[in-house]
Amino acid sequence: MRDETAGRKGAARAIDRRSLLGKTATLMGGTALGGVIVPLGARAEDGANLPPHVPEWSREQGAPILAHPYGLPSPFEKDVIRRALPNRPTATSASSLTPLQHLHGVITPNGLVYERHHGGVPAIDPAQHRLLVHGLVERPLVFTMDDLMRFPAVSHIYFLECSGNTKGWKTGPANLTVQDTHGLLSCCEWTGVMLSTVLDEVGASKSAHWLLAESADAAGMDRSVPIAKAYDDAMLVYAQNGERLRPEQGYPLRLLLPGYEGNMSVKWLRRIKLGREPFETREETSKYTDLMPSGKARQFTFLMEAKSVITRPSGGQHLAGPGFYEIAGIAWSGHGKIRAVDVSTDGGVNWRSAQLQEPVLAKCLTRFRLPWHWDGAPALLQSRATDETGYVQPPQPALVEARGTHSYYHYNGIHTWRLAPGGEVTNAS
Amino acid sequence: MRASRIAAPLLALILAAAPAAARFDIGRPATPDEVAGWNTDVLPDGRGLPPGRGSVKDGAALYAQHCAACHGAKGEGKPMDRLVGGQGTLATATPVRTVGSFWPYATTLFDYIRRAMPFDAPKSLGADQVYAASAYILYLNGIVGEDAVMDAATLPKVRMPNRDGFISPDPRPDVHAKRCEKDCG
Repeated sequence: MRDETAGRKGAARAIDRRSLLGKTATLMGGTALGGVIVPLGARAEDGANLPPHVPEWSREQGAPILAHPYGLPSPFEKDVIRRALPNRPTATSASSLTPLQHLHGVITPNGLVYERHHGGVPAIDPAQHRLLVHGLVERPLVFTMDDLMRFPAVSHIYFLECSGNTKGWKTGPANLTVQDTHGLLSCCEWTGVMLSTVLDEVGASKSAHWLLAESADAAGMDRSVPIAKAYDDAMLVYAQNGERLRPEQGYPLRLLLPGYEGNMSVKWLRRIKLGREPFETREETSKYTDLMPSGKARQFTFLMEAKSVITRPSGGQHLAGPGFYEIAGIAWSGHGKIRAVDVSTDGGVNWRSAQLQEPVLAKCLTRFRLPWHWDGAPALLQSRATDETGYVQPPQPALVEARGTHSYYHYNGIHTWRLAPGGEVTNAS
Repeated sequence: MRASRIAAPLLALILAAAPAAARFDIGRPATPDEVAGWNTDVLPDGRGLPPGRGSVKDGAALYAQHCAACHGAKGEGKPMDRLVGGQGTLATATPVRTVGSFWPYATTLFDYIRRAMPFDAPKSLGADQVYAASAYILYLNGIVGEDAVMDAATLPKVRMPNRDGFISPDPRPDVHAKRCEKDCG
């Protein structure tokens, strides 16, 4: 090791803070495409801010309070952002993906929650937003946001997954990351009023079997919801992760249907209409229906079945060399709680039970972890979720056998990452 | 007009309603006008369709002006959804889902155009225009003739080719995997 001389200290101090930030940020840019995971015990590159030297940031005052009145992530995390798949014909009827490979635990930060909009993000003044509840009710009512926030509130942590998440029906390119393959998935604490409370307030008729939920956006996005779901666990949500909804998530009001395909949790909710039959909207006939090999399409396939994926190591990451690694990922089920997650490093021949991070909550992401020593040999990494109903996440061929390759939605097959001897991790599903 | 059509059944419901459960007395009554202004959804039997009419011929001009840039001159698509063709392909290796091949209800076409189209000016078309656009797209698909006129009476009577193409309820779980642990191959 070098001696800590006065000369070196002076040189370190002279380094311009911004250029250092810029240099490191460039390095971070590289890691976004190929993040290096260093095995435990490996040494980082030596430098002027490393032991035994005293880092420059220890020798001056840091930034003042309120430098950012609404806080921001460290600039070194600038590549932890939502991304969009290429070749979208528009930017408003489009989606962006959560960077699952960079997240920890189960909560998705609000700025990273995936987006799927059908007509862009409307800019809604909450003072001018209204919820109309009508149809088969005793009292058609209009609610302001203040009205809705007067009702008894509840908070629950639920995942939200787009039914189009993971296009695994056919094998994808090797360069896909888990953000690309599974990023239409997020998990938040949602706060609002139970939909059942509001349905009682309007006096829902017993003859109502469905309700229409309609958005105030440009698409007038609307879906039919079975009344049983409305009385089970459906929420009218105005806050996520402790703050009011983000505009991208439906500010000021959205429906939240736990465990159901994401688009049914209608954002920018302006109207609920109770009726006897489903409303047969465009989004539940020509879209979000699952075409089978017979030429018939399954309709009203709401639930997101049990699924899991390894987020670390995952596509685009790079293991620095043989050694200890923790295999980590997430599992979830629209049917309830995750009971178990098994991990294979040999392409599904042998499996070991992963540890589940408590608390394990229903219809919520569950973090799993498995300690692993990589010997440097090629490996095929897989995870397999089992939920509390006993349903086991299937391998891809079983799904294709049952549904063909044109149903597009609701793919929940076991995902494979290929680990090469050099440490490169690529997509193999 | 729509308001009065809605108010009558509502009144009947109110009279027939059971005594109210415990309430918070939050919210205010919606007026018939408020309901009518937002109650634009259209059901397969035609409920919700407004007065007005539009012909295939009117629709051709309107389509060229408002729709063709995204959906192609004859509904062939690109950059946005293809609207025409694909009938008979749903059970093949290359299914083509269009209004003509896949949509089960003509009323949904009216509902969707009225709420979401044209893409650059949603909710800007009047009822006659939406009927006309619907008529033209149905005509391009060979579902109605070139003299067809769509209105609240004729549109629900249009039988879409894929009317019986949907299955519910959800048959899942349809795949029953095993939780194998050793030598699973």
